[in-house]
Amino acid sequence: MQAIQAQNLVKRYGSVLAVDDVSFSVAPGEIFGFLGPNGAGKSTTQRMLTGVIAPDAGDIQIFGYDLLRCPNPAKQLMGIVPEMANVYVDLSAWNNLMFMGELYGIGKKTRISRAARLLEQFNLLEKKDLKAKGFSKGMKQRLLICMAMMNDPQTLFLDEPTSGLDVQSTHLIRNLLREFNARGQTIFLTTHNIEEANQLCDRVAIINRGRVVAIDRPQNLKLTLQSLQSLEVAFSSPLQSMDILYSVEAVNEVKKTGDKFRLYTNQPARAILSVVDLARRHNLEILSINTLGPSLEDVFLRLTGGQEKRGAHNASC
Amino acid sequence: MQAVSQSATTGLRRSLAVAKKNAMIYYLKPPVLIFGVLFPVFMFLAFAVGRDVPRQSLAPGLIAMTILFTASSVGPMIAPWERKAKTYERLLSAPLSILQLVLGDILAGFIYGLVISLVPLLLGILILGAHIEYPLLYAAGLILSAFCFAALGALMAALPTDEPSMVMMLSNLVRIPLLFISGVFIPINQMPVWGQKLAMLSPLSYTSDLMRLALGHGSLWGGYLNFAALLFFIAVFLQAAVFFHRRGIVRVF
Repeated sequence: MQAIQAQNLVKRYGSVLAVDDVSFSVAPGEIFGFLGPNGAGKSTTQRMLTGVIAPDAGDIQIFGYDLLRCPNPAKQLMGIVPEMANVYVDLSAWNNLMFMGELYGIGKKTRISRAARLLEQFNLLEKKDLKAKGFSKGMKQRLLICMAMMNDPQTLFLDEPTSGLDVQSTHLIRNLLREFNARGQTIFLTTHNIEEANQLCDRVAIINRGRVVAIDRPQNLKLTLQSLQSLEVAFSSPLQSMDILYSVEAVNEVKKTGDKFRLYTNQPARAILSVVDLARRHNLEILSINTLGPSLEDVFLRLTGGQEKRGAHNASC
Repeated sequence: MQAVSQSATTGLRRSLAVAKKNAMIYYLKPPVLIFGVLFPVFMFLAFAVGRDVPRQSLAPGLIAMTILFTASSVGPMIAPWERKAKTYERLLSAPLSILQLVLGDILAGFIYGLVISLVPLLLGILILGAHIEYPLLYAAGLILSAFCFAALGALMAALPTDEPSMVMMLSNLVRIPLLFISGVFIPINQMPVWGQKLAMLSPLSYTSDLMRLALGHGSLWGGYLNFAALLFFIAVFLQAAVFFHRRGIVRVF
């Protein structure tokens, strides 16, 4: 039985097709990333998966429960951190958790012990009686995740959980999500933070213009794009013109990244020899040279059409 | 049968949890206090002071008007406020139906209406010299009316907006005209024929008539018809509230 099974989901808003025949499944215990650019249909898909809106067509099953025909048992197994959600700022952290416990029908004793444990895990226990109005963004986000975990969910849905947070809060949340997952619970992570997906996810789906364009393990996705192998080169002094790097053999594209240059090639060995030769000819000292595989960001950009934009940017450098 | 009863109990518990949350957050919000407590008092004073009518006869109207304003003042605040505060999506993803969610909003308005309505009752007894002739009838009328107007409040909150002021404006647009066609200031039997016909369309007319009956001032329609009419309005408002809230979700998300 799959933790999440989405089949042929379709959602229209008037004449706009927001989600177009999306299908995928998530295994129990998996961290599944759902990536896409803004407006790709990520949040609409998550809203359908969490029962907030109904799809125009398609089926959703959560641990075998049909979400559309029998929503409550399916929703009972989910913890949800919606996009741009907020806590009840007029309630204390404690009362926010008590409300969630009551909403999910959790007994009083369990409610109290679970709330105390979660607040402690998320470093909020000392602030439990304070109204959430005075909390920082990071504290509110941590409280939101506590609220989502109050029903001890089998699957946690998170929409951009670390967006706009400071490094400490981000680190804490990611570690706690890993701990949560280590206990066998499933995580569905909607994000446009590719690095976060790369670090956390077992598999990712990339959605663009309402359609899933790829689903695989991050490493497999990277391997599918051999043409996006690259060399990262740093010289001891600035180049007079980046154009000379286009004379390096087997290089398709050049990109400046800080004080380094990234040379895209499908023949890294040949390109290395050519770079060394070029440095010798132009009296340049090479400080470092590394071969890099394609990043998940490269895969994402290629699959969502962002490559063309990057090429255009480089041409103007 | 047992499963149905268990499911109903679970649903009611969740509605009560929503109502409790609403009470903690919205009862003391300024718009609720202004339109739910102060406004009916000032409206009453504006129409009662200086008029040559027996003081006791003012009490039923005062009570009916207070039930309308208090019970229907909480509901319109909740959904738009939650949309604006970005807490609405979480509620929709919780294991409760739209009916249970709306019922929670109605219960919050209902309890607020019941409690605040004790104030005009005490004022009526202490200052206007009113006394309750039929306490059970009064209690039943109060309960049904408070639920009916709380449902009206929840219905108005279905307007798909995240601006509470928009819904408060709509609710006053509905509530204030009701005062003038429902026998609050003038008993319905003293209104012209067209006025009496118009009064039949307003749920407040039946509350007003019931309060007159309970306080010993006679009734135009009698207890049974008044109760039946209030039950009818409750059913209509509840169904409509659930329908429009469900439809509103599509527009909001």
